[in-house]
Amino acid sequence: MSTQNEITYAQAVREAMCEEMRRDKNVFLMGEDVGVYRGAFGVTQDMYLQFPDRVIDTPISEAGFVGCAIGAAVEGMRPIVEIMFSDFMSVCWDMLLNQAPKMHFMFGGKVSVPMVLRTASGCGTGAAAQHSQSLEAMLCHIPGLKVVVPSTPYDAKGLLKSAIRDNNPVIFLEQKLLYRTKGIVPEREYTIPLGKADIKRPGTDCTIVTYGRMTHFCLRAAETLAREGISVEVIDLRTLLPMDKNAIVESVKKTKHILIVHEAVKTGGIGGEIAASVAESEAFYYLDAPIRRLGAEDTPVPFSPVLEKGVLPDEDKICAAVREEVG
Amino acid sequence: MDKKLALDLLEKMLLARKFEENVQYYFSLGMIHGTTHLGIGEEATAVGTCLALEKDDDMFATHRGHSAAVAKGIDLNGMMAEIFGKVTGVCKGRGGSMHIADKDVGVLGANGIVGPSMALACGAAFAHKRRGDRAIAVSFFGDGATNEGIFHEAMNLASVWRLPVMFVCTNNLYGMSTHISRVMKNTNLADRAIPYGIEAVTVDGNDAEAVYDTVSAAREKILSTGDPMMIVENTYRISGHSKSDGNQYRTKEEIAEWKKRDPILLHKQKLIERGLATAAEIEALEEATTEQLERAVKYAIDSPYPKVEDIYEDVYAE
Repeated sequence: MSTQNEITYAQAVREAMCEEMRRDKNVFLMGEDVGVYRGAFGVTQDMYLQFPDRVIDTPISEAGFVGCAIGAAVEGMRPIVEIMFSDFMSVCWDMLLNQAPKMHFMFGGKVSVPMVLRTASGCGTGAAAQHSQSLEAMLCHIPGLKVVVPSTPYDAKGLLKSAIRDNNPVIFLEQKLLYRTKGIVPEREYTIPLGKADIKRPGTDCTIVTYGRMTHFCLRAAETLAREGISVEVIDLRTLLPMDKNAIVESVKKTKHILIVHEAVKTGGIGGEIAASVAESEAFYYLDAPIRRLGAEDTPVPFSPVLEKGVLPDEDKICAAVREEVG
Repeated sequence: MDKKLALDLLEKMLLARKFEENVQYYFSLGMIHGTTHLGIGEEATAVGTCLALEKDDDMFATHRGHSAAVAKGIDLNGMMAEIFGKVTGVCKGRGGSMHIADKDVGVLGANGIVGPSMALACGAAFAHKRRGDRAIAVSFFGDGATNEGIFHEAMNLASVWRLPVMFVCTNNLYGMSTHISRVMKNTNLADRAIPYGIEAVTVDGNDAEAVYDTVSAAREKILSTGDPMMIVENTYRISGHSKSDGNQYRTKEEIAEWKKRDPILLHKQKLIERGLATAAEIEALEEATTEQLERAVKYAIDSPYPKVEDIYEDVYAE
């Protein structure tokens, strides 16, 4: 029997949920069309057959069922709630801004909200401006939340299991174009701690800090740059809040150069926070060039495939930015 | 209503009233900061409702939630200290008047936002139902909150999922300054339960006994049928909305009329008329509750403030 399997990102998310539901009877899943429809992105599949009472189709009432999840969490359950597209967080924003992240604090630590909100994030499916956004920076501006953006099946499974066991509200952003990507996942049980970055590729000349789908773009760019003799270190943050700033600082001290890449629009993006962290740290004195950022153009996500692709950072833009940075 | 219940209702209403009068007084002295939303005149809704609940029932209050927390059995010293911003407060000085909570007695929080507690209560009820532990969740909200989308989402969810929730609408006729008739065509709030197939009962919210009886019966019905209910408790806020209220939107005569129907006054009259309490017994309760509040205020004043260096303690749970 092999000790590892190649599975998709969607499958990894599903396995994490199923394993945790078997492990803890307080874990359940609710969301729109997570049952017999098998999930809008096919993540949940036959979970409704495995857990008939614990995979719950909801009305189209995001505020209602996210609020319900919070209330259930406060009463000792561990809900996983799926918001079909992360853009729909707008219609339950009060729950994500004023309720879930603040209760533990406001109530003096006596109440906790162990809840995971999973949602499909990011562009690339031609779904246009209201179904394609990358809203993580808004979430990272809310103390009390944790924000996770996995880039591989291995990370998705291990991080989701930790998120479900965490006693805080965790927003788990699944990038929809990653759902069908494959990766190796061990058969044995494992978890990955929240708040720890992962060096996806070690290097010595330039640090690229990224997360989610852009990790793969950066790794391909690093491959190209290696052929030119530029050694790039790719740091996948995995968790944006809390952020593993130490990993960034240590890497920059070594490489003396940093490029930050994300799919979210550049202005007000989490890249600004990363840049500021480096600028405020001892790593600043090691920099040989200005801190650089690549994000999507500051526009709503456009529909036309040419435009949708065009506004994003891509391998060429990343390579060009690194060459400029180290040049 | 037996003698014990009659006196319990009176005692809790007196505690609630005196709690708020103290808050108002120390606020005027500048010893309490921020803002407070007093519910003077509405005590029978909170007290009649919460005394009809069990300890394990969850109660979600509004921003005007002092009386409900008092009635649910929160520690008065801790609640007063909280409003004074002290570390001995029920929320360690992190929440204040708008976020009074103590899970140990089923006070799952006053809420600074209008409406969300209706959905939160659905979730607590969901958990109770899953565990089969014969407890319900109660959400207080005002007349104004029934115009929020979350009211409709929560009512729908509770009815279709058959959750043991009690939606308690304290209708005090005003959303801050705006009279109910200016913001809804049909002001009979119980009608808003009809589309959701939820049974609604309307009660005189200034009659503590009537509120208690209504809520007791509703609680039993929720547990026996498994379906949610809505209670509309008609009342009136004698105090202003908050410290900024200049009472420009209502007349002195209107307030005076309602003062004649002060729930504590009505309840005392009823006790005397029915021979459930003597004037001396009522006087003794007045004195005892005054003393309790004096102790609470002293406790609050004598308590230390929280330390800034501990601020990160409760941002995240372990």
